[in-house]
Amino acid sequence: MSEQHSEQHHIASPTLYLTIFAALMICTFLTVVAAKIDLNQYFSGLNIIVALTIAVFKASLVVLFFMHAKYSPKRTQLVIIASVFWLAIMLFMTMSDYVSRSWT
Amino acid sequence: MHRTGELYEQYRTLEQQRETASLGMWIFLSTEVLFFAGLFMTYTLNRSTYPDIFSEASKTIKLSWGAINTVVLIGSSLTMAMAVWASQTGKKKALTWFLIATLVLGTVFLGIKSVEYHDKYVEHHIPGWNFQFEPGADAATNAHAQLFFSLYFGMTGLHALHMIIGAGLLLWLIRESLRGRFTPEYNTPVENIGLYWHFVDIVWIFLFPLLYLIDRH
Repeated sequence: MSEQHSEQHHIASPTLYLTIFAALMICTFLTVVAAKIDLNQYFSGLNIIVALTIAVFKASLVVLFFMHAKYSPKRTQLVIIASVFWLAIMLFMTMSDYVSRSWT
Repeated sequence: MHRTGELYEQYRTLEQQRETASLGMWIFLSTEVLFFAGLFMTYTLNRSTYPDIFSEASKTIKLSWGAINTVVLIGSSLTMAMAVWASQTGKKKALTWFLIATLVLGTVFLGIKSVEYHDKYVEHHIPGWNFQFEPGADAATNAHAQLFFSLYFGMTGLHALHMIIGAGLLLWLIRESLRGRFTPEYNTPVENIGLYWHFVDIVWIFLFPLLYLIDRH
């Protein structure tokens, strides 16, 4: 039983975890540096777009590798996608209402 | 009742039993995503309504503490991931040490957070009767700055509460680990509390740029 289980269950290596940690540290550094540069002069709102893109990338690394989503069954991955989808509905619907209120 | 990884009758294999526990944890975390999402939504709306005050108020919180805490918390996620690895590979001593390291880093995070809260207390930036954004600020500025700080304390406070609960769970894991309960066949509590800990890390990954990095140039 336990042999069969260890075959099926993927165990990520410490090297992978250290690599992901290093990537997360680099991204943290980049997001602080990017925030100190006035990117809005090139394109209004570019600072927040860059900050959130880096945050989404960091969160994806944590979910995929630290939380093993990459090696999880499809059922679990569906739950993760569904939670992001519901979050998107909430943000998108609320913002579209809020932004369009002035369009009388 | 002590579970040690025996197969329950409703499952066909240990792997299926393990995946079911993990699925349940992920469904709980989905509800947590939406729990925090309400605050993130409120923040987004208010920030887009009062962009200038939010930017001014954000500049009064110390970027260095936020950046250090980001490093500390991601570091604790690394030690937690290593704890899960140690439990999967049957390294019992390493498991205990990685759990202790995670708890220590989590406590450091909360310690730094309390220093930050104290700074805000000294500066009269805690929403309430004694709130004053800066000397001579007009009523509207004070009101809108208070909105930022209410969200700052609400969001970081709810996050810190999750950290405190996580620290309690880690204490329990350390005790059970010292008893030698976790084996490569049975480590579901380590895995699931690990998932919770990483989730709390992800919340901070978004809080840090939104609260600390609005307008630093």
